[in-house]
Amino acid sequence: MLRCRLPMTEFRRFRGTSRYLTNDSLEAAVNCALALERPLLVKGEPGTGKTLLAEAIAEALACPLITWHVKSTTRAADGLYVYDTVQRLYDSRFEDGDVRDIRRYIKLGPLGEALRAEARSVLLIDEVDKADLEFPNDLLHELDRMRFRIQETGEEVVARHRPVVMITSNNEKELPDAFLRRCVFHFIDFPDEAFMRRIVDVHHPGLDERLIAQTLAAFFEIRKMTRVRKRPSTSELIDWIAVLRKAGIAEVRLDRSLPFLGALLKKEQDLVAFADQLAGGARHRS
Amino acid sequence: MFIRFLYELRARQVPVGVQEAVSLAAALARGLHESSLDGFYFTARALLVHSERHLDDFDLVFAEHFRGVPGAAAKLLDELLEWLEDPATRPELDAAERASIEALDLAELRRRFEQRLREQRERHDGGSHWIGTGGTSPFGRGGAHPSGLAVGAAGSGQRSGLASAGARLYRPYRSDVVLDVRQIEVALRKLRAFAREGAEPELDVDATIDRTARNAGELEIVTRPPRRANTRVILMMDVGGSMDPHALLVSQLFSAARRATHFRELRAYTFHNCVYGEVYETDAHQRAVSVATLLGECGKHYKLVLVGDASMASYELFGASYGSRAEERISGIAWLGALRQHFERSVWLNPDPPSAWSHYTVSAVREVFPMFPLTLDGVGDAVLELTRGRSR
Repeated sequence: MLRCRLPMTEFRRFRGTSRYLTNDSLEAAVNCALALERPLLVKGEPGTGKTLLAEAIAEALACPLITWHVKSTTRAADGLYVYDTVQRLYDSRFEDGDVRDIRRYIKLGPLGEALRAEARSVLLIDEVDKADLEFPNDLLHELDRMRFRIQETGEEVVARHRPVVMITSNNEKELPDAFLRRCVFHFIDFPDEAFMRRIVDVHHPGLDERLIAQTLAAFFEIRKMTRVRKRPSTSELIDWIAVLRKAGIAEVRLDRSLPFLGALLKKEQDLVAFADQLAGGARHRS
Repeated sequence: MFIRFLYELRARQVPVGVQEAVSLAAALARGLHESSLDGFYFTARALLVHSERHLDDFDLVFAEHFRGVPGAAAKLLDELLEWLEDPATRPELDAAERASIEALDLAELRRRFEQRLREQRERHDGGSHWIGTGGTSPFGRGGAHPSGLAVGAAGSGQRSGLASAGARLYRPYRSDVVLDVRQIEVALRKLRAFAREGAEPELDVDATIDRTARNAGELEIVTRPPRRANTRVILMMDVGGSMDPHALLVSQLFSAARRATHFRELRAYTFHNCVYGEVYETDAHQRAVSVATLLGECGKHYKLVLVGDASMASYELFGASYGSRAEERISGIAWLGALRQHFERSVWLNPDPPSAWSHYTVSAVREVFPMFPLTLDGVGDAVLELTRGRSR
């Protein structure tokens, strides 16, 4: 059985980077994924830094990052390679280049490139839930075996270096069980106030202590408002503080004249709800 | 054995199986838990839980086990303590640290660790007694006790495993509590179905090239209908008096449905207590639409979702309604039956929990429509009911 104690130096432990703060649970999940060579599935509220995590892992491991942005029309096969039939058709009609060489028209997708890369790479499959329900299942085999065959040429692409695969999901769709079982799962918590303070400090070093306290207080108060539908997230807070700094504002109070509210609340109905709840006082707040 | 822990998770509907057990064992064999309780908590959570819906159950089981509530958990604790005292898997332990741990009476340390683990109920930072971060207790992390037992890696300001398990941070993500907008959106998205039919055809490039090649280079165009969202949904919501406590929830459901872009068509109507001859449009005009017209306009392939507590006075359900024309003097239950008959797929979502479905009008409505609670699980089941198969 698995009683042998493997040496710890076998893989480089992930401890975050200077620009990306982590906590124990996130590090444990990333290190599990690295050690067990499983894909890391990261979920969490929008704006909690899921995509940034991939960049941080790539930076920490000193590997190139290959990003695959999934859209609703993306098919699993697109990630491996695309056979550019249209180009071939054009070339055949105008007799450009060697049409018989089918390899010229095979373009590797992000997953294909990650597998073929000379060195180890980090592959980010971003927003996997955007695609069709069957999309993750179609990727199972390739992610497990880290190899695939190009049908048109019969060429077999086998990974020389198993890429580190990170997958993000915004939870728009349930992911299939078979897929979930193969992944290491991590749910990024919304940062608490103390952790948020550290995050702000990383992005805006040397910010006035009083402004930090005031912005954080306003920010968490807005997040508590039950009627605000799209609650502001970390990235919005960072942007908001950036705007405040640019404008040279040194003091904010949670009232109707909160400066640059648009940086935090992006929907008109939320702005209305915000004004309503301030007017209604504590009565409506949870 | 931690196998027992896995079975307890299974008992709580957290789907863990052999695959999870093997990967956890592999992770532990590699020392990923860093020989600490915190490390074990985070590692186990990353490998055993696959969805934020199960995080709360995981925390519950974990906390139960490690506080020694059921006696059976002692064995797991023993195993854990065994890992804790095995310094071989702790890479960051330097010689001085190791010596200091070995110098301490291990049995005594273990006894006290176990005891404090049981007593400890919450996160603890600083101080000199509890297991936690900072401070001078012999147990914990980032502390100053010279011969202490370190739990987890050096860090600061984060919840320890047990503490965060005890805090039940993930309660909002449970699937059996009532929903918020985003969760409803996610649930509704499952209704998405695609089909290639209707509309302007698009060029099927692959098939065109294939045919052209077979045609010895003579161009032959092949087209196909585009792939598009093909789900049409009718949402009918009760806005009657007894629904007032659920007003926020229903408005959330409504805004989620409106925001959902993956329906080919969404019609939303309101009704009071029960559907009679007419339902009302949800825009500012509140225009009445007769059910007969609606049935005429919408084919049987529309998916009907009714939302209401189905609790009303008996005459409201079984008595004739007060329509002006004869055919409208039909009881509410008969109208519901007509809706059920017309549409191939329909469900009733009830914001009341199933335990409160004792009212006899609720049972009457349940005989007509399959009823689901308005929770994430319930909406999921309802969507399954709406998409399963093609005919009743």
